[in-house]
Amino acid sequence: MNEISQQKIDASCRVPLLALFGGATLWLVVGLALSVVASLTFHKPDMFACCPFLTYGHAQPAANDAILYGFCIPAALGVMLWIFARLSETELVLPLVPIVAANIWHLGVFIGIVAILIGDSTGFVWLEFPRGSSVLLFAAFLLIAISAVATFGQRKERELYPSHWFLLAALLWFPWIYSTANLLLASGHPVRGVTQAVIGWWFADNLIFVWLALVGLGTAFYLLPKLAGRPLHSRFYALFAFWTLMIFGTWCGIPQGAPVPAWLPALTSVASSLLIVPLIAIAIIFCKTVCGANVTCKGGPFCYIKFGTVAFLLSGLMLISSACPHFSRIAEFTWFEQAQTQLQILGFFAIVICGAIYELLPRVMGFGLPFPKFVRWQHWLFMLGIILLVVSLAVGGIKQGLAALVPKNSSNDILEASLPFLRASTLGLLFLLLGSLLFAANIFVMTFKWKLALIKSVIAYIKSPLETAEVKP
Amino acid sequence: MKNGFSVFIAAFIALGASWCGFVLAPLLQLGTAKQTAVLVSGDTYPIQRTGDATLGLQVYRANDCAACHTEQIQQSGVAFDVVLTGLGKNPMAVRSAIQETCELIYKDNPKDKNLYDMLVEHLSPEQPFSPATILNSVTKTIADSASDKITAAGGKVETHLIPTGADISRGWGVRRSVAADFLYDSPVQLGSQRIGPDLADVGARLGNANWQLLHLYAPQSVVKNSAMPPFRFLFEIKKIDDAPSPEALNLPKEFAPPAGCEVVPKPEAKQLVAYLLSLRADAPLYEAPFTPAQVSTNAPAK
Repeated sequence: MNEISQQKIDASCRVPLLALFGGATLWLVVGLALSVVASLTFHKPDMFACCPFLTYGHAQPAANDAILYGFCIPAALGVMLWIFARLSETELVLPLVPIVAANIWHLGVFIGIVAILIGDSTGFVWLEFPRGSSVLLFAAFLLIAISAVATFGQRKERELYPSHWFLLAALLWFPWIYSTANLLLASGHPVRGVTQAVIGWWFADNLIFVWLALVGLGTAFYLLPKLAGRPLHSRFYALFAFWTLMIFGTWCGIPQGAPVPAWLPALTSVASSLLIVPLIAIAIIFCKTVCGANVTCKGGPFCYIKFGTVAFLLSGLMLISSACPHFSRIAEFTWFEQAQTQLQILGFFAIVICGAIYELLPRVMGFGLPFPKFVRWQHWLFMLGIILLVVSLAVGGIKQGLAALVPKNSSNDILEASLPFLRASTLGLLFLLLGSLLFAANIFVMTFKWKLALIKSVIAYIKSPLETAEVKP
Repeated sequence: MKNGFSVFIAAFIALGASWCGFVLAPLLQLGTAKQTAVLVSGDTYPIQRTGDATLGLQVYRANDCAACHTEQIQQSGVAFDVVLTGLGKNPMAVRSAIQETCELIYKDNPKDKNLYDMLVEHLSPEQPFSPATILNSVTKTIADSASDKITAAGGKVETHLIPTGADISRGWGVRRSVAADFLYDSPVQLGSQRIGPDLADVGARLGNANWQLLHLYAPQSVVKNSAMPPFRFLFEIKKIDDAPSPEALNLPKEFAPPAGCEVVPKPEAKQLVAYLLSLRADAPLYEAPFTPAQVSTNAPAK
């Protein structure tokens, strides 16, 4: 492909991607700030005694949803559109649709977050957004999917690249799980009793583990070979990982001690232990593609994606361990599960997506990042923040779980076993928040520069003297 | 995978299978569940919440209490107690049968020696008879063989089923939580994290509405060093008009409002407390059996 057509392809994504990334960046900052607020409760319990909006029960779900629905999904959709356009070697089809959809999506997230803060959440984990806002999210996702699939259909090279499989499957995955969960839980006639919880767990696992894995790995498998300068190793391993991840990953959601018929947690236990198969395949792909590549990383996008992939493997191992009945007796109901979720969302997905955005944005915009140094700083801040957050939550969780096994410990004793670690995790969140501010600075200054240039060119166009057509004598 | 359609089919099969397994199958198995019968008494369980307790579930949801509290009691297994309820017509034979079986069991376990000595003293012919726990926390096989021997000698025994586990020993509940406990909840608030204690049986454990109100307003006033955030926004601090309100909280000095004022619960607080008091997972069920505690049981250890 020649340079000029590639520039054209990148330029066709510019406005839709800015619309998706702008809101996403804002939500990342808001979400991490809310996380910090939520964790303050463990430093001073009566902090928000008279302010119902910011208590732990309000701030924590709002923070989680702002990061997942506000940042992860729309940013990932933007990256996905760009990858589809690049792989298809064609300009983005229907570029207006994602622009409209991005605004609908961010409006939906805004309504949802406000609803959670004022106590109007549905009460289901990861599905807290009220009906109105989830309808907006669903519609926006479908619109973006239409544009993505249309671009996919225009591809010049008919043979599919491994990233195609992962990203296409993700496009089917989200509408299916999101509509099922919302119709059966958050509609006017929710299903009965503990079935609600089972469907909620199924949804959460499919969104947090499978969907994020599909999109994150699809992105990594596109960018890793590009950045390492050598081909993906190999198509067969990727196909194997794709199938096994989908087949085993979707059955992993039910906690071991749940008050449900015993076959449900047993199935989860079996499927989770089989999850080691795709993890090994992904580890092989990662090592054979990346290790020994003659590329220096220097905190650039390559580092982001390498760190993210390793974090995914670790988060997968944590998921497997917590589905093992012996270990789950300790880890269930503790911070360990939270550590796994945070590693999956922030350590794996957010970092891969941030790396991808840093890689693609200068190409899409046609000019370099305003603060190139921030990329490296953010990488260090994120890495440090995630390690602090996840390690302290995981270790605190295990200590809490061990304390809970001793019958004479009261709930206060159990919490106190993990309290120092919780407090340390606040520091990790602060690092992450700082990193996200650097990210926001790059994105927003870039958008601002582009808008300024746009206005200047419009003014120049208006001021320029009218071209007069030469009239042939 | 040569084209988009094959990817679509692959994803469809994988997700469709788990949809059938984790959405459709639970719906078919549990979606039409009805009230079940309580063991022994035969009452129906659970009873639907009414009035304030129904509204209280929504207060619980709105404040996402489930972010810090679970409603799932865990159980690691069951143990059996053998209780002697009558000596029958031949007390001597029963006594020697008891001595024989218990010696066998307690011999291996010097820790129980003390218990055994107390039992022997309790059953001595000079003492008037009262029911006594002969074996404590034993397996089903041991309990059955002991109860067979004593019954053969003419004594009357009962075998009690006791759920075990850290949650139950801690007093958070009497048996594990089961699907039937949540039949009428919507949304079902199982929770996944225990920053505070489990609440599945809190209505039976801490059944005093005033205590609950005090605990919501100022947790540290009733539980020392509690890490629970106070929910003061569920209460109003009012000036006392003519006479103090009958609903005003009776707070200890360091938590009391300024002089001339009183703390009165808003309706939300009362609803939340009504909901908490309605949380009672204490009925023995087919899938979670146990023998309810009997008032007359007089364990020798006491």
